[in-house]
Amino acid sequence: MTPRRRKRLTMIVVLVVGIGTAAAIAISALQENMLYFIAPSDVQAQPLPADRNFRLGGLVEAGSIERDADSLHVQFVVTDGVHQVPVTYAGILPDLFREGQGVIAQGRLDESGVFHAREVLARHDETYMPPEVAAALERSGAPHGVVE
Amino acid sequence: MIAELGQVFLSLALILSLVLATVPLYGAHQNKPELMRMAHTLVIGHFVFALAAYLALTAAFLNHDFTVAYVATNSNLLLPWFYRVSAVWGGHEGSLLLWILMLAGWMVLVSVFSKNLPRAFVARVLSVMGMIAVGFLLFTLLTSNPFDRLLPGPLDGQDLNPLLQDPGMIFHPPLLYMGYVGFAVAFGFAIAGLLGGRVESQWVKWSRPWTLMAWAFLTVGIALGSWWAYYELGWGGWWFWDPVENASFIPWLIGTALIHSQAVTEKRGAFPAWTVLLAIAAFSMSLLGTFLVRSGVLTSVHAFANDPERGMFILGFMVVVTGGALLLYALRAPRIMTGKGFDFMSKETMLLLNNVFFAVSAAMVLLGTLYPLVIDLMGWGQISVGPPYFGAMFILLMTPVVMLMPLGPFSRWGQDNLWRVMFPMLATLAGALLAALVIVAWLDAWSWRAVTGWMGGLWLIAGSAHFLFDRHRSSRFGVPRHQLGMALAHAGVGVFVIGVAMVESATYERDVRLEPGQTVEVAGLAFTLDEVVSVKGPNWIAEEARFSVRRDGALIEKMTPQKRRYHQSGQTMTQVALRPGLFQDLYVAMGEQMDEQTNAWSMRIHIKPFIRWIWGGALMLAIGATLAASDKRYRLARKQQAAAVDVNAAPSRP
Repeated sequence: MTPRRRKRLTMIVVLVVGIGTAAAIAISALQENMLYFIAPSDVQAQPLPADRNFRLGGLVEAGSIERDADSLHVQFVVTDGVHQVPVTYAGILPDLFREGQGVIAQGRLDESGVFHAREVLARHDETYMPPEVAAALERSGAPHGVVE
Repeated sequence: MIAELGQVFLSLALILSLVLATVPLYGAHQNKPELMRMAHTLVIGHFVFALAAYLALTAAFLNHDFTVAYVATNSNLLLPWFYRVSAVWGGHEGSLLLWILMLAGWMVLVSVFSKNLPRAFVARVLSVMGMIAVGFLLFTLLTSNPFDRLLPGPLDGQDLNPLLQDPGMIFHPPLLYMGYVGFAVAFGFAIAGLLGGRVESQWVKWSRPWTLMAWAFLTVGIALGSWWAYYELGWGGWWFWDPVENASFIPWLIGTALIHSQAVTEKRGAFPAWTVLLAIAAFSMSLLGTFLVRSGVLTSVHAFANDPERGMFILGFMVVVTGGALLLYALRAPRIMTGKGFDFMSKETMLLLNNVFFAVSAAMVLLGTLYPLVIDLMGWGQISVGPPYFGAMFILLMTPVVMLMPLGPFSRWGQDNLWRVMFPMLATLAGALLAALVIVAWLDAWSWRAVTGWMGGLWLIAGSAHFLFDRHRSSRFGVPRHQLGMALAHAGVGVFVIGVAMVESATYERDVRLEPGQTVEVAGLAFTLDEVVSVKGPNWIAEEARFSVRRDGALIEKMTPQKRRYHQSGQTMTQVALRPGLFQDLYVAMGEQMDEQTNAWSMRIHIKPFIRWIWGGALMLAIGATLAASDKRYRLARKQQAAAVDVNAAPSRP
């Protein structure tokens, strides 16, 4: 092997190892930060690990919003028309958070079945429904129908 | 009437672009100067018609012509004139028209500024760009015609999305598109180089200023988008790793790799094939970005459009463009593998490392963006990838970049010695690290992120200053612009790093419930809610909270955030109150009314340290790139090389 070839080979080995490591790290980081989307029916159907974050999506059930009198704590129920999941959240809700409208809450489910949201997202205009929510409503055959 | 005229103009532009895509290319192949010369005229004509079509749509907006469907959905009688002008690109159809106009504009510039280049080469570049124009014009006319009529027209339009009724949104899309479309120039040069069969350092040299300018526009466009999201969305963040943001960031990352690999290929002739590949990738990613944003495949704040037909068209177009380019590359690249060798420790290696890190970063962002789509497509469930993935990967990949960046400019081509490069820098490095500790102590912002951020940032700034000082001392004619630009851009990265580190580590955030008369203390500042009143704007009404901000009892600012309701669409919008500052921003946004009787509201009060540095750094990057692009070495060299090439150009073609 000529010195030049050896140099090239070293470089290629370094590159392959480097890119391999980066890919491995990327994939494990991806696995860790993957958020599964769940609908209220999924919560009912199978036990979900309490130490993982999820994105829970559905409609905000009419009449279910309860606010605390002197803090930003709020409780509401997310439904897909068949099953319900109670959600608690402390913070400012998005502008388009309304009863009967699509919502996605990100957070954890505790043992008693209450979903503790860290973040709440609503649709961002009057005509848009998060596609996951629309799909979940369709799956459960929601009586509300899908708002398109 | 004006809409039909616009339609005619667009069709004429399509015809001209079809001719442009074929005739000059054929002329270059057959070595027929009269056919090649047509390119210039065609490019001008194409631009004139694209501009006319664009003006026709603008006129429809200004005249409130609601019989044009696009105007009816994106404007209304109450919309002020400047938003009517910018509403032209507020939706899908019009933004495509803007894209077409910009492509036409870039083509004119290429044609005008390439008078000194070999005629066959310019003809090929313009033909390739003409093909891209054909694709976009067809796309617009077939799937997204902005001139479609809506008869009978409504009395009043719906409204421009309130999120877009904002000065930041006037400039964000045009700048972003200038960048995206600008990569079409680099793409055109690369393909023309491949077609000509002589991909050497010359075409790289010619395309460098264009790539730099495109990259500068893209940088400003992305920064403007970030700034807009910061004050308009009301969440106080500056980057969300939203798929649409990623869609513009991937081409940027590849563009960054491209401008660095071009430097190597131009100066040393090393890895030319890789440079061609990057040029193809940068433009392909711009197309992918368009596909992701416009097809509605993403769950995202930005995905206004939702139309599979459009998505399929762009996807097909992308397959043709990228596939064709890669095929050509596969056929021609073996011929151009004429890189010069270089040592393990050399400037080439430094720039290669830049390329590795930026290309891997781009792949990583692409992976995180597309992975959920693939999973969904396979029916394995719906997932999303959280921002921590991107954040962690970026810190990992960019740390070595920050550490090595100041050393790159000092290293020599071909062969060097790490110690020779490092030794003179030791004092600078020590100074930067020490200064970082002093500043963090003074700010009392102790945290790993703040300390490492300041260290990295100051190392970059000090390294750039050291470089400039060195060059200034050793050259008699002053520092050339391309080096000045590079140093400024690298220092800009430092400023950016400091901004990010401070915002991410030392932001104060308080979400509170406030009644009029109540006060909340945040980081030594007292925010008093004086009253909440109703106010009126041209096309909205709002609740306005009036805050007095005091430090030690002394009034320093009155802040008035609003919660707006737009008449036409009924949409609610949060209008943030900001007090910008070089070292910290005060940020107040209204949440929602909690209690009608006491008029209590939820309020979001943030103090964002050094956030302006994020955009300031980006601006330095863009100014640096512009300075480098304007260096006279490109212009001088062009004349010399063009003369040299013309002499031996003719015999090289059968």
